[in-house]
Amino acid sequence: MRETLGSKWFRAVVLVILGVFTAVPLYVMITSALKPLGDVQNNFTWWPTHFTMQPFIDIWSTVPLGQYFVNSLIVSGISTVLSVLIAIFASYAVSRYRFKGRGIFTTTVLSTQMFPGVLFLLPLYLIFININQTFGIQLAGTRTGLIITYLTFSLPFAIWMLAGYLDNIPKELDEAARVDGSSAMGVLFRVILPVARPGLIAVAIYCFMTSWGEVLFASVLTTQDSRTLAVGLGGYSTETNVYWNQIMAASLVVSIPVVVGFLLLQRNFVAGLTAGSVK
Amino acid sequence: MAVTEARPRAGSPSPQTGTKAGPTRFRRKKPAGWWLPFVLIAPAVVFEILIHVTPMLVGIWMSFIKLTKFFIANWSAAPAAGLSNYHLALDVNGALGASLLNSFLITCAFTIIVVGVSWLFGMAGAVVLQRSFRGRALFRTLFLVPYAIPVYAGIIAWKFMFQRDTGAINHFLADNLHLISATDKPFWLIGDNAFTAVVVVAIWRTWPFAFLMLMAGLQSIPEEVYEASAVDGARPFRQWRSITVPMLGPVNRVLVLVMFLWTFNDFNTPYILFGGAQPPSGDLISFHIYSASFLTLNFGFGSAMSVLLLLFLLLVTGTYLFILNRRSRNA
Repeated sequence: MRETLGSKWFRAVVLVILGVFTAVPLYVMITSALKPLGDVQNNFTWWPTHFTMQPFIDIWSTVPLGQYFVNSLIVSGISTVLSVLIAIFASYAVSRYRFKGRGIFTTTVLSTQMFPGVLFLLPLYLIFININQTFGIQLAGTRTGLIITYLTFSLPFAIWMLAGYLDNIPKELDEAARVDGSSAMGVLFRVILPVARPGLIAVAIYCFMTSWGEVLFASVLTTQDSRTLAVGLGGYSTETNVYWNQIMAASLVVSIPVVVGFLLLQRNFVAGLTAGSVK
Repeated sequence: MAVTEARPRAGSPSPQTGTKAGPTRFRRKKPAGWWLPFVLIAPAVVFEILIHVTPMLVGIWMSFIKLTKFFIANWSAAPAAGLSNYHLALDVNGALGASLLNSFLITCAFTIIVVGVSWLFGMAGAVVLQRSFRGRALFRTLFLVPYAIPVYAGIIAWKFMFQRDTGAINHFLADNLHLISATDKPFWLIGDNAFTAVVVVAIWRTWPFAFLMLMAGLQSIPEEVYEASAVDGARPFRQWRSITVPMLGPVNRVLVLVMFLWTFNDFNTPYILFGGAQPPSGDLISFHIYSASFLTLNFGFGSAMSVLLLLFLLLVTGTYLFILNRRSRNA
C-alpha cells in the first residue's frame, strides 16, 4: 500500500519524541556508569571527562552485590519454575474442564491483581511469624518466604495468560490423543505443552521479571543474608556520599540479564499476550 | 451420560476408568476423574489463600482494632476499635483525614495523566510501527526496554537525572537551553515539581506496556482491511478511527483496566524516586499508607485506609465492567 507524505512525517515526529524520551535515561545510565566519581558529583556532563571501567569493579566491593545477585537469581529462578508449573495445571483445568467453582476461582485469582500491596504486607509478615512459632518453618527474612510470595504475585497473570493460550489450541488435538489411549495428564504433557511452548516462555519471562524487580515486599521480608538486588542497590548511597557512577553501573549490570532475555524472547511474549487478551 | 454437577467438557471420554473408579462408578453420578480439575487447581488455591486471601482478611480485621506501636509486639491483645479507624480516615476536617483526601486527589490526577498519556504514546508507537520500514526492529526493541528493565533500575536512573546540582534535566534546561538561570536551578524531587517528576517517570515505565499490548492487538488486524478502505478513499486518520480503534476494542478494555489498577496502586515510583522524604505534591496513596503504617506504626489506621482504597478500586472496576458489559449487550 502506498504511503502518504503526511503519514511519513507523522511517523518521523512520533519516533523522535518517543525515541528521545525512552533513550535519554538509558543513555545517562550507560555514560554515567563509565564516569569517574568526580564527574557525577559535579555539574552534569553529557560526555565523561575520561572513560573508566572502575565503577564496574568497585560495585562488587562497595556492597556485597555478588551475594545479592545470587539471592535474586535463586529467588526469581525458583519462583518462576514453581509459578509456571502451578499455572500450567491451573490453566489446563480452567481451559479444558467445566467444574464447580471454576467461575469463583478465576474471578478470585484475577481480583487479587487489585489488592494494594500495602494492605497485606504487614499481615503477611505476621502470618509468616506465626507459621514460624507454630510449625517451626522460618519464612520471614528467608529466601523461601520470598519465593512463595513472588510465585503468588505472578500466578494470577500467568494463569490468565496461559488459559487464554490453551483455549486457542484446538480441542481436537486432546481428543485425538485421548482416543489413542492417553490419560488427561498424558494429553497435557505430551500434546498440549509442546504446542504451548511460546505461551510458556512468555509466562516464564513475566514471572522472572516480576520477581527480579519487586521492591516493597523485598524490603520488609528480607534480612542482610537474604537481601535481593532490588533492596541491595540502596547500599550505594551512604550518609556522606552517593556513588552515582557505581549506582548506574550496578543498575546496568542487574538490568542486562532480564533486558537481553526479554528482547530475545519478545516474540513469544507478544504471542502469549495476544492469545490472552483477544479472548 | 447423566447430568452431573461436575461434568467434564462435552465429548471428552472419561480417563482412568480401569482401576480407580471401581465399583463406586455405578452408585455415583459423578463421572470418573471428576476430581481431576480440583487437584489441578489445588496448588494455585493453596498459595493464593496463604499469600493473598488470608493476609487480606487479616488486614481487614486489623482495620477494626487499635493496632498502634504499643500493641505491635503482642498484636492479638490490641483492643477493638470499632469503626474509629475509619472515622479517622474519612473525617476530612481532621488532620489525618484531610491528608488522606489530599493524597487520594493527587493519586487520581496522577492516574488520569499517566494512563492517558501512556495509552496515547503506546497507540502512537504501535501505529507507526505497524508498517514495515528500515529501522523498525530497532525502535521496537528500544521501546520495550523500559518495560523489560527492573523497576528500580529505571527509576534510579531518573532519580539521578532529576538531581538539582548533578542531574541531567537541570543541566539541559539551564546550561544547554538557557531556559532557566544556572545559578537558581529548581529542585525536582522536593516541593511542587515532585508531581511532574513522578508523573514523567511513571509514564516512562508504563507506556511501553500499552505499546506492547496494542502492538500485539494490531497483529490480529488483517492488512486487507486497510487496503480495501484505502481503495474506498479513506485517509490514514479515518482508517485509524474506523478500523484500528474498533478492532482493538478487546485489547483496550483489558489494557485500560490493568493500567488503571497498576498506576493507582503504584508504590515503587514514589518510594524509589523520593526515598523517605515524601514531598506533599508527590504523596501517592500507596506510599501515603505505607508511611502512615510503618513510620508512625499505626497499623490499624493504615489497614483502614488500605481497605478504603480497595473498596474504591472495587467500585471503579465494577462500574467499568458493568458499563462495558451493558454496552456490548446493547451493541
